[in-house]
Amino acid sequence: MEYATLYITLAVVFGLFMAWGIGANDVANAMATSVGSKAITLKQAIIIATIFEFAGAYLAGGEVTKTIRKGMLNSDMLANDPQLVIYGMLASLLSAGIWLLIASRKGWPVSTTHSIVGAIVGFAAVGIGIEAVQWVKVGSIVASWVVSPVLSGLIAFLLFISVQRLILEKSEPIKYARRYVPVYIFLVGFIVSLVTLFKGLKHVGLELDASTNYLIAIASGIIITIIGIIKINSLKFDPEADRDFHFTNVEKIFGVLMMITACAMAFAHGSNDVANAVGPMAAVVSISNTGVLAQKSALAPWILAVGGLGIVVGLMMYGKRVIATVGTGITDLTPSRGFAATLAAATTVVIASGTGLPISTTHTLVGAVLGVGIARGMGAVNMRVVKTIFMSWIITLPVGAVLAIIFFYLLKAVF
Amino acid sequence: MVGNVFSNIFGSSPVHPLQQHMGKVIACVSELSPYFDAVLAKDWTQAEQTYNNISSLEQQADVLKKELRLSLPKGIMLPVSRRDLLEVLTMQDKIANQAKDVAGLILGRKMEFPEQVASMLKNYVQRCIDASDQAKTTINELDELVETGFRGSEIDLVEKMIRKLDSIEHDTDKIQRDIRQVLYKIEKELPPVDAMFMYKIIEGIGEIADISQRVGSRLQLMLAR
Repeated sequence: MEYATLYITLAVVFGLFMAWGIGANDVANAMATSVGSKAITLKQAIIIATIFEFAGAYLAGGEVTKTIRKGMLNSDMLANDPQLVIYGMLASLLSAGIWLLIASRKGWPVSTTHSIVGAIVGFAAVGIGIEAVQWVKVGSIVASWVVSPVLSGLIAFLLFISVQRLILEKSEPIKYARRYVPVYIFLVGFIVSLVTLFKGLKHVGLELDASTNYLIAIASGIIITIIGIIKINSLKFDPEADRDFHFTNVEKIFGVLMMITACAMAFAHGSNDVANAVGPMAAVVSISNTGVLAQKSALAPWILAVGGLGIVVGLMMYGKRVIATVGTGITDLTPSRGFAATLAAATTVVIASGTGLPISTTHTLVGAVLGVGIARGMGAVNMRVVKTIFMSWIITLPVGAVLAIIFFYLLKAVF
Repeated sequence: MVGNVFSNIFGSSPVHPLQQHMGKVIACVSELSPYFDAVLAKDWTQAEQTYNNISSLEQQADVLKKELRLSLPKGIMLPVSRRDLLEVLTMQDKIANQAKDVAGLILGRKMEFPEQVASMLKNYVQRCIDASDQAKTTINELDELVETGFRGSEIDLVEKMIRKLDSIEHDTDKIQRDIRQVLYKIEKELPPVDAMFMYKIIEGIGEIADISQRVGSRLQLMLAR
């Protein structure tokens, strides 16, 4: 294809820029509850985010990338003009990237996912034709935006109620925390391993049958649990600390759980959000190489690695500071609540990643926080801010779409 | 920053400021003990000094009250009902107001209490301070209640505290009746207006225990939500 190298270069540059933006801004939200609950230090948060964002992106980012890359477009319609998809995908990356840059400068809460989906639907529907969009698929994505915060809220509610019943309401909460926290740790390890095994290892070249996957997931859950138990046993309890607030030492045990949950959250975020950057990039690369938007073409693993790398670089350069601000902005969040909210969100996001649904991690986390709040677990939740965050996607969709349409026609005119 | 918006959904919990306010109120009410020592000894310079303390502590509590109210706009999701919380705050504040009013009235009239009631009065004031102190102990459990989500053994603990508060208040009622009885026997020897004000002061001191008890009852309502 003519200009193939140029297209690929542009796609990689724009994709990297987008991934960089995710690392610089979005990761902070994913780590907010963990840092805010003071269970992990800023340094630990950055180390965890670096490792697990990359692992999530590389190992479990494939499904959502597939959706963004080709799931929303009708390939039959585009067979004659594959370069239109190239322009459109480049335009989508540009529009989402620029919109995110403006929004974060202004302090508006926007979702990367919503801007990229809005952009792709926008260029395809207006630039190519209404029929070029797989509306059924887009419909299910939009539905998942409603379902994901609700689901994660429900999980958070139930998780927190279980923590209350099993541990906090007992007269010896420390004893029960020692007994049940490892169970939660196992749950975290098991869920994340399972999704990775089922959805992630294919493109790394490893394919196992279902029962082997379950066995490995259980085994890695147990290994993580043992690490957690060792960590809990090394904790030093100070009876003096319980004098003013009787749950200081119990919360220390939850701190260990929070740390492990933070890893899961970073993993989940990486697995879902990397697609926003590398999905369009992957589309451009595969069309440039093959000349068609093939429904069956496999995703080159290096593309996920590039996305993961972009996120990590953004995190290193800029995200650190944002995490610090977000972390200090949160007071009165204890690890027991932070854990319930974060695990609920991580689980929901990981499931969505496995199903190939691009959802907003931030919205999912907000839903989880509300779930804990409804269980009377939160000191104070500012409902007005919650409303702003949820409203923002209604604005983000058309803005992403309009920008993408403009860039689409611009690129079409240039080439 | 996008991130800042997210962290903004976590408001700061009103529990700690509420407890701080109660701490100030108790500091104010506790001054009544040295104040009555001075009054009964007819040491009016000392009494005035202590009154100034009471008055300034009451004002400080007032400032805390206003700050807390401003930090609780509508549309904030709390583990307890916003109305109950504001109600508790108002009542806590009334305790301090009541202490200041009683002390002010005594100082303004330079009231001299008959010997026969002096020691009873002293005990009475102390018990009323005890009631407020017990209300404070109860309010101090609110952060633990939030932590446990208002469930389990913490509830039993708080209910025990509320029962103790009720019994202290009951105690003050009894002392109040006893003082009135003594005063009734000697009231004819006292200047009538003075006697009238003495009854008023005795009632006013009792109010401190009453309001303290009501703080406990409101907390009980919070548990029941």
